[in-house]
Amino acid sequence: MSLSNKALQLDDEQRLLHFLTIDGLDRSILTEILDTAEGFTGVSERTIKKVPLCRGKVVANLFFENSTRTRTTFELAAKRLSADVLNLNISASATSKGETLLDTLRNLEAMHVDMFIVRHATSGAAHFIAQHADPGVGVINAGDGRHAHPTQAMLDMFTIRRHKGEFVGLRVAIVGDILHSRVARSQILALNTLGVSEVRVVAPQTLLPSDARSLGVHVYHDFDEGIRDVDVIIMLRLQKERMRGAMLPSEHEYFSLYGLTERRLAMAKPDAIVMHPGPINRGVEMDSKVADGSKSVILQQVSYGIAIRMAIISMVIGTQNLRTQEVAV
Amino acid sequence: MSDNTTFMQADGVESLIDVMAGKIWTLINDKEIADPLMVGIRTGGVWLAERLHQELGLRDPLGTLDISFYRDDFTRIGMNPEVHPSDLPIPVDDRHIILVDDVLHTGRTIRAALNEIFDYGRPASITLATLVDRSGRELPIQPDVTGLHPSLDPDQHITLIGPDPLGLILGAKTNRTSRGDEQDKDV
Repeated sequence: MSLSNKALQLDDEQRLLHFLTIDGLDRSILTEILDTAEGFTGVSERTIKKVPLCRGKVVANLFFENSTRTRTTFELAAKRLSADVLNLNISASATSKGETLLDTLRNLEAMHVDMFIVRHATSGAAHFIAQHADPGVGVINAGDGRHAHPTQAMLDMFTIRRHKGEFVGLRVAIVGDILHSRVARSQILALNTLGVSEVRVVAPQTLLPSDARSLGVHVYHDFDEGIRDVDVIIMLRLQKERMRGAMLPSEHEYFSLYGLTERRLAMAKPDAIVMHPGPINRGVEMDSKVADGSKSVILQQVSYGIAIRMAIISMVIGTQNLRTQEVAV
Repeated sequence: MSDNTTFMQADGVESLIDVMAGKIWTLINDKEIADPLMVGIRTGGVWLAERLHQELGLRDPLGTLDISFYRDDFTRIGMNPEVHPSDLPIPVDDRHIILVDDVLHTGRTIRAALNEIFDYGRPASITLATLVDRSGRELPIQPDVTGLHPSLDPDQHITLIGPDPLGLILGAKTNRTSRGDEQDKDV
């Protein structure tokens, strides 16, 4: 899987052709994404909040699954690069998914779309589109099933780097619903690739994938132990919509065992930061005092999400431009 | 890059900077500009601007521009892997700006820089100062202040190295910059 991920995502000179998963990408390309995003952070604070980099390009937000925040930040990122944006909310219908996807793809390609940003409830949907897209058309995965959400992971890495400087030496705890979380999978890959000292996952047994340990993490079931002396706490949203049966006792009980409170936060390092991909279930994953407290960087994550997505969109469009030129020559 | 030759050593460059500082001083006095804002273009232009800024004793902090997001050849060369944030710490609205770069060649870098500055606001004026004014212009852009007019062949490439000591080197121009090298700014 990782070889083909690499081959699909990178050209011969290690430039991003598509951005589908962290898997197969090495530290240098992840660092390049973070460095490029650094360059875009100032754009939002200027009189004209736009750069002309992707002028004349058309970016299609292809969302088969609802999302307000991710779609909005992708749209804003593309617009700040001066690209034109099409927003397509297509609910996955009863039609065979393969046909629907390909059909949609061909129709949009006929309109000369330069990039697809894909969110889909099925794992592998963005890969499928990347494999079938015309040369010159880039694909970014905005979340596929339980598989990956790599731009969220990169904006989290960007947030960590901005607050902590270096990854080496950091201890990071990811807390909550690991089982249903495509964000957690991408985060674990990114954190390990960037060389943090330790990645911990903290969750009840029922919300951990059976292969959790093979992901390169230390598993904790006890919250207080799991966040002792960590530099970064990443809380995950409880994905109630993806749960079936009795995975959880009750929200109240979940909060008492795995909810982040100020008392618990004191177990972490004094300068620890608290992150959450949003939207927060207040009083379930964390107390409002923590969400709105001085250690919370949750709203900064949203702002950084625009810079990270500008970086990834422009890098992919840049590489795809080169690809079409090579074909033309 | 082994076939580079030294064109000018540090002492020569430093004395050119002294001359430029004098010319800028005269120019801003002639134009009755009280308080100019200096902006350097990465990377060489910033090294140069740091020295000019100090010599002229300017009050406001130096601004830096990275024109990577304004290049007109993005579709040909892709994203610069070594982009830095631009930093204009003081609002540019109604300010007299001295824009500083190391080598003025085609003029495309300056065009990109002008576009970027106007995305920050509407300055009162922009004065262009470059260490080297070489032949090969492709756009109608000329410096107001310059240190040197070398006579170069089109395939020769002059570059400021630094930041300490500064020096000018001469090399053969490559057609395509490979990834990882700093992208040729003035193509």
